[in-house]
Amino acid sequence: MKKVFMIAAMATAVAMAPANAETVKIGYMTTLSGGAGIIGKQMQNAVELALEHKGGKLGGMDAEVIFVDDQRKPDVAKQLANRLVKSDRVDVVAGVIWSNLLMAIHKPVTRADTLLISSNAGPSPIAGEECHENFFSMSWQNDQTPEAMGKYMQDAGIKSVYLMAPNYQAGKDMLSGFKRYYTGEIAGEVYTKLGQSDFQAELSALRAVAPETTMVFQPGGMGINFVKQWKQAGMDGVSKLYQVFTVDGVSLPALKETALGILGTQSWSPDLDNDINKKFVADYKAKFGGYPSFYAAQAYDTIMAVDHAITTSGSKDTDKMRAALAKGNIPTTRGVLKMNSNHFPIQNFYLRDTVLDADGVVTSKVLSTVFTDHADSYAASCKF
Amino acid sequence: MTLTLILEQAFNGLQAGVTLFLVAAGLTLILGIMDVVFLAHGAQVMIGAYAAAAIAAATGNFYIGLLLAVPVTFASGYLLEFLLIRHLYRRDHMDQVLATFGLILFFNELIRIGFGPAALYSDLPPSLSGFVEILPGTPYPVYRLGVILVGLACAIAIHMFVSRTRIGAMVRAGANNPEMTAALGINIKILFRFIFATGACFAGVAGMMLGPITAVQPGMGEPHLILSLVVIIIGGIGSVRGAFIAAIIVGLVDTLGRVFLPAMLRLVVDQATADGAGPAVASMLVYILMAVVLIFRPTGLFPAKG
Repeated sequence: MKKVFMIAAMATAVAMAPANAETVKIGYMTTLSGGAGIIGKQMQNAVELALEHKGGKLGGMDAEVIFVDDQRKPDVAKQLANRLVKSDRVDVVAGVIWSNLLMAIHKPVTRADTLLISSNAGPSPIAGEECHENFFSMSWQNDQTPEAMGKYMQDAGIKSVYLMAPNYQAGKDMLSGFKRYYTGEIAGEVYTKLGQSDFQAELSALRAVAPETTMVFQPGGMGINFVKQWKQAGMDGVSKLYQVFTVDGVSLPALKETALGILGTQSWSPDLDNDINKKFVADYKAKFGGYPSFYAAQAYDTIMAVDHAITTSGSKDTDKMRAALAKGNIPTTRGVLKMNSNHFPIQNFYLRDTVLDADGVVTSKVLSTVFTDHADSYAASCKF
Repeated sequence: MTLTLILEQAFNGLQAGVTLFLVAAGLTLILGIMDVVFLAHGAQVMIGAYAAAAIAAATGNFYIGLLLAVPVTFASGYLLEFLLIRHLYRRDHMDQVLATFGLILFFNELIRIGFGPAALYSDLPPSLSGFVEILPGTPYPVYRLGVILVGLACAIAIHMFVSRTRIGAMVRAGANNPEMTAALGINIKILFRFIFATGACFAGVAGMMLGPITAVQPGMGEPHLILSLVVIIIGGIGSVRGAFIAAIIVGLVDTLGRVFLPAMLRLVVDQATADGAGPAVASMLVYILMAVVLIFRPTGLFPAKG
């Protein structure tokens, strides 16, 4: 009896083998627990929607996605990345919200000859000197979004700006990116505590300075706190507020009308006029009952990129997928994306307003294009 | 840097201080009188904020949310003591830390299952969105003034209750010598449950008032827990008066330090260094204060036990 089972099992294994070879495995890492769990949830939704749109196949191969929760901890991220590469033997590791986590898994994944595709984080070292040919970004380099804000405010003839960001690496990167394109007067530069919940003291200090404009970077829950308190303190009468990564699809449901009229920059918007984006936004809203955020759009694009790589190269082989992606020409929610020499996209950046849609739901809308085909500032120092 | 700005910042510090006091008042009694290391007090803040926001959303009335959140947090504290905490009194502190740390995770997950991981919408009604001119040319949000008033009213109520009433006398006796108090025929079990639920209720009031000005999301109470632990260490464990004074000091030091320290550093060192070091040092100030107090007054400024 035992023997029969053995033979049956072996026969099944042999029969399964060719099918296995045609399955592409993606390890998708994001933050599903803790205060940032909502971001990860939206990304997971988008990945599942992308697979559904592709009929469960990427480039004609059966697709399997393993979701892992990095808990926003670099050590956990590193362990999970090793597990995905070594024991799950995935073909692609993708996702990653936070720059410090991406830095932690960058070498372990890329050196194991596995593709690493970021759906969000874009720290400067990976775009520049520490770049690796197996890494691709489907988002942006961190400096680029505030660069667009700086460019817009410079061109709009704004004379002075007060800057505010949390006191950590990304906060400093954001403000230095802004200052690369804005050369007017800096009325003040304030770094707040990471995770701060009450900004009343900072707002009182800002009122005393009464700058013409204020530009903030306060991502996640901090953004909800900041915008609420800005409005409650009547700061609109004192200074005009601009932001990056502070008012987005994740914070809008908690802010609603409070966020109306606040301008920001972004490389994606729910109203971008192309077929992929229209289908993505409409189906996401129908399935999950709310607007997707840019995190979700970039997660969707990540799966689109894998599909594109396999379709054009006809293989899930790392070398072939890499060659296909490096050529760019990737169909995404942001149109057809070009790839730079450091494997970061060359793309447009838009000025967005916060408005009510036809159903009275608060959302973002493109006002104008700030940068057309904008490349990051680090590509020159990247040598594979 | 004008005098009015300093006064306005002092107001901000006072508001932060009284909110902190509401969280710390219950915690200092739980630690000082019941001798339980209770780390899940931040969850009570979260429960208060969620109860107020959810009830306000369901009824469409902000004030009903505020009113009903108070009994909800009292009930949650009462139930929690009855179901779990009373079994921990005889255990050592390490067991209490483990159990109540587990409670933090439990409550955060419970809220996430019930309300989802996204922050809940909560904002002020138009009637509370106005401004009051506290100083010439300095409009101050009415709501924040209201927070200061409610906080001070709660502080006075707790003070009167503890120092003037019969139950208050039992609480003070319990803080000093629980065995002797029990021997005198006072039902310590009921007293403890009542103290615990009241403490939870005040933390809930803090959460309910924080809801409209901050993000109502899972884990929102934890930062308040850490600061309120600092407050009760500075004030002296078990002392409500100590908690009040320490909360005001911590609120003022944190607020004024955050705003003025980077500016002052800029006068001494260059801008880049000041921008880097200023916020870092400012966020350490309250902990430095705690260390200094511990060196000179190891039992806090107003120790409850003689």
